[in-house]
Amino acid sequence: MNNLFILLLVPIVSAIVLCFVKNAGIAKWLALAASLLEIGLSVPFLCAFTPDASVQFEQGWTWIASLGIQFHIGIDGISLPLVLLTNGLVPLIVLSSFGKSYKGNFFALVSFMQAGLLLVFMALDGFTFYVGWEAALIPIYFICALWGGGDRIRINLKFFIYTFFGSLLMLVALVFLYNQGDTRSLEWDTLVALQLPESTQRWIFWAFFLAFAIKIPIFPFHTWQPDTYTHAPAAGTMLLAGIMLKMGVYGLIRWLLPIAPFGVLAYSNVIMVLCVIGIVYASVIAFKQQDAKRLVAYSSIAHVGLISAGVISWHEEGLQGAIIQMVNHGLSVVGLFFIIDILQERTGSRNLSDLGGLAHRMPRLAAMFLIILMGAVGLPLTNGFIGEFLLLKGLFDYNLWYAAVGGLTLILGAVYMLRFYQKAMLGPSQERYIVADIRGHEVAVLAVIVFFTLFLGVWPRAVLHLSEASVTNLLNQIKF
Amino acid sequence: MGAIITLCILGILLLYLGLFKMNKALLPVALVGLLVALGFTLSAWNTDAAPLYNGMVVFDRYALSFSALCIVVTALILLLSKEYFRNISEHIAEYYCLIIFSLTGALLVNAYHNFAMLFVGIEIMSVALYILVGIRKSDFASNEAALKYFLMGAFSTGFLLFGITLMYGASGTFDLGALRNYVTSAETVSPLFYGGVLLMLCGLCFKVGVAPFHFWTPDVYDGAPILITSFMSTVVKIASFVGFLRLFSTALVPLDAFWTPVLLTIVIITLFVGNASALLQSSFKRMMAYSSISHAGYMLFAIVVIGKNSVPSIFVYATAYALASVIAFAALILVKRMSGSDQFESFNGLAKRAPWLAFALTIAMLSLAGIPLTAGFIGKFMMFNNVMGSYNVTLLVLAAINAAVAVYYYLHVVVCMYFKNAEGAHAGHTTMMPAPINYKVVLGVAAVLTIVLGVYPDLLLVLFGG
Repeated sequence: MNNLFILLLVPIVSAIVLCFVKNAGIAKWLALAASLLEIGLSVPFLCAFTPDASVQFEQGWTWIASLGIQFHIGIDGISLPLVLLTNGLVPLIVLSSFGKSYKGNFFALVSFMQAGLLLVFMALDGFTFYVGWEAALIPIYFICALWGGGDRIRINLKFFIYTFFGSLLMLVALVFLYNQGDTRSLEWDTLVALQLPESTQRWIFWAFFLAFAIKIPIFPFHTWQPDTYTHAPAAGTMLLAGIMLKMGVYGLIRWLLPIAPFGVLAYSNVIMVLCVIGIVYASVIAFKQQDAKRLVAYSSIAHVGLISAGVISWHEEGLQGAIIQMVNHGLSVVGLFFIIDILQERTGSRNLSDLGGLAHRMPRLAAMFLIILMGAVGLPLTNGFIGEFLLLKGLFDYNLWYAAVGGLTLILGAVYMLRFYQKAMLGPSQERYIVADIRGHEVAVLAVIVFFTLFLGVWPRAVLHLSEASVTNLLNQIKF
Repeated sequence: MGAIITLCILGILLLYLGLFKMNKALLPVALVGLLVALGFTLSAWNTDAAPLYNGMVVFDRYALSFSALCIVVTALILLLSKEYFRNISEHIAEYYCLIIFSLTGALLVNAYHNFAMLFVGIEIMSVALYILVGIRKSDFASNEAALKYFLMGAFSTGFLLFGITLMYGASGTFDLGALRNYVTSAETVSPLFYGGVLLMLCGLCFKVGVAPFHFWTPDVYDGAPILITSFMSTVVKIASFVGFLRLFSTALVPLDAFWTPVLLTIVIITLFVGNASALLQSSFKRMMAYSSISHAGYMLFAIVVIGKNSVPSIFVYATAYALASVIAFAALILVKRMSGSDQFESFNGLAKRAPWLAFALTIAMLSLAGIPLTAGFIGKFMMFNNVMGSYNVTLLVLAAINAAVAVYYYLHVVVCMYFKNAEGAHAGHTTMMPAPINYKVVLGVAAVLTIVLGVYPDLLLVLFGG
């Protein structure tokens, strides 16, 4: 059972099967069963994984013989947390849509996207990586544009073309790298061993960076993000914010740092400034939002700004922090978007000025909301604390001032998140709502998230020890 | 050679079938004939590929692979014709025979080794098309298109002939092998020869429809019956490219310092003109016409950067493009039959009325846009790779920008099908007229092939021996 390919096969097969399921009731149970099977199948990999620097469970086949292209996948300490995150969040996302009446095609797209995401996180060949990268984009585009609201056609076209443009730049860089070695190859090992001249690395850096920065998104490439997140269906937003943006950060760590270290060195200050601006700017805007979904969307820009800064800081703490914070951010943002979806469903609005006083009527929700919120803010003993601490430590080692400004994220984050909580849950009760507390699948989803929020807050080594050796190895491997 | 003879006989046979009013037999006979021709083509695969008939034609792997592609695409298009021709004319035998004759010309162009054969092939191919474009006698657009195509075609043939003459004047030969010898061995290549190269370049650019020689393309593609448009934009275009590539790769490579800048300029203009104009179209058919211009630009990359990868990459690209175009035009025929219009609006809500048709068309559009897991991506990857092998990154970035622009208009139709609801006249239709079985077969085969080649392109690449 320790063939990694099976993890890709399950979502693909379930996507094909789900295409033909017209009945909404059957479709959702089938999708849940498939996603639970997938997480169940991931557990043996976690158990068999030895936390050292090596790439494990490798699978490689010749894909296009005449072009020297391999289908090559494997897992190391950096990708394992993200693979588990993907497989762990998808059942939650499927479960969170149990209240809706989506047909099989919706869950088929989710499953197909899961396969694309997993391919990105497992790929050890540039071609494989690029295929996964695009394969994840098509389904999310359809999810957002078919089930979204607002001006969904225009917004999602912008999203698609924006990210596709970034991908094409990455393709240009990959094709260039493909032509550099003695043998035509896009293997990760080969690309890392290329040792390109400094001037080449500089533009390679931008070609990759733009692709990743648009996906993450890093200020000022974020303009597609608030609209897309806000108008996507709840499950789409969770996929986008919870998992998809990690593709970009993962790309930075896996591909950009080792392939173009000189480029990173040359431009790290520029990127750092962008990330720090993004943190402050998005936090300030988040504070002014009335729409809860938009608020969390902007808070996401602030959080990923800090994560990217941690990656670029190029210190072990920064990278370790980035990896654990990706997991944390995935958990908390899925929880927050689900809570917003519940609120909107119960009250018919997600506008903060329409909400208020719900804590009395929904005590269970209020309690879970508070814990997840604290995780997002970074309170000690929740998962966010250790991530932000490590990231700021990395930033601090890089440059004191970036750490000082970036550290504002803790304060500003608390400000806008607590304002969100206060406006939604506390204050005078709005009598016109007749709302019931969360139940059934809603409790299940939030309980899982709350559990991991606390679990990782108390014992972050669960994730950190997986990635530690790989991160150290990555930093040692980069040669100048 | 067997394939060409078969097709000639087939064309005449089809005319006689029409004469004896055996209209029902036309399609089966034509398909059987095409199968036989395909069999002849494939059976010649591993034989010694020396020029035949005093160096007139050569059936090397290059010619045979493209001939097979042309025959298969023609068969797919003919399969679509079952219902189609009966609606626009009584003399349906003429269609079949003219298409077959045009295909014969295409096969000759694929295999020429002598300028005489190039000229004869192009003329056989084009003359049949002049008639086919204008075959709807009562339709002004069709007549206009035929006249435009004829005038432009005659004009470009003039260029071509003039070019051939000048080259002959300089080198004293029509034979590609001898021309290569002349170019490599002559101490100074005569200025006449350079003039000839330029004129040939213009003539061939007219034929493949790249900017700035593209002005006939949108009107002709728009005015011609849809099936004829699909034949023109696939088989005829591919054959013209094959002829183009053969001339430059066999004979003119040593002069590349002379013609590469010219061709490079043409490629860049073509990409921008094709894409920018396609963006502005409100008709799906015209959009496909402009998109065919920009695809011609991408295919020209293979000629700009001639190398051992040129042939496989142009073959994969052409296959992907042809499959996607066949799907697109088949879908257009079905949609137009119901709504009577080829505007984007008539695709509104198609996903609800005909989900599988919409799905196949989406695959085709993604393939044209070059998204991974479709054949179009492999073609684009190989093309980009070619360019990167010999040129700087700037050109590739220009190509990438164009690819990003192209996504906009390819997704336009996807947006209409999935995200917009039908309004007005056909809002009430919840189901569409079920597609005839032959359409289902063609759409299914083409869509599955697009995905299969996108996932496992070695199926094609193995032909060229890696």
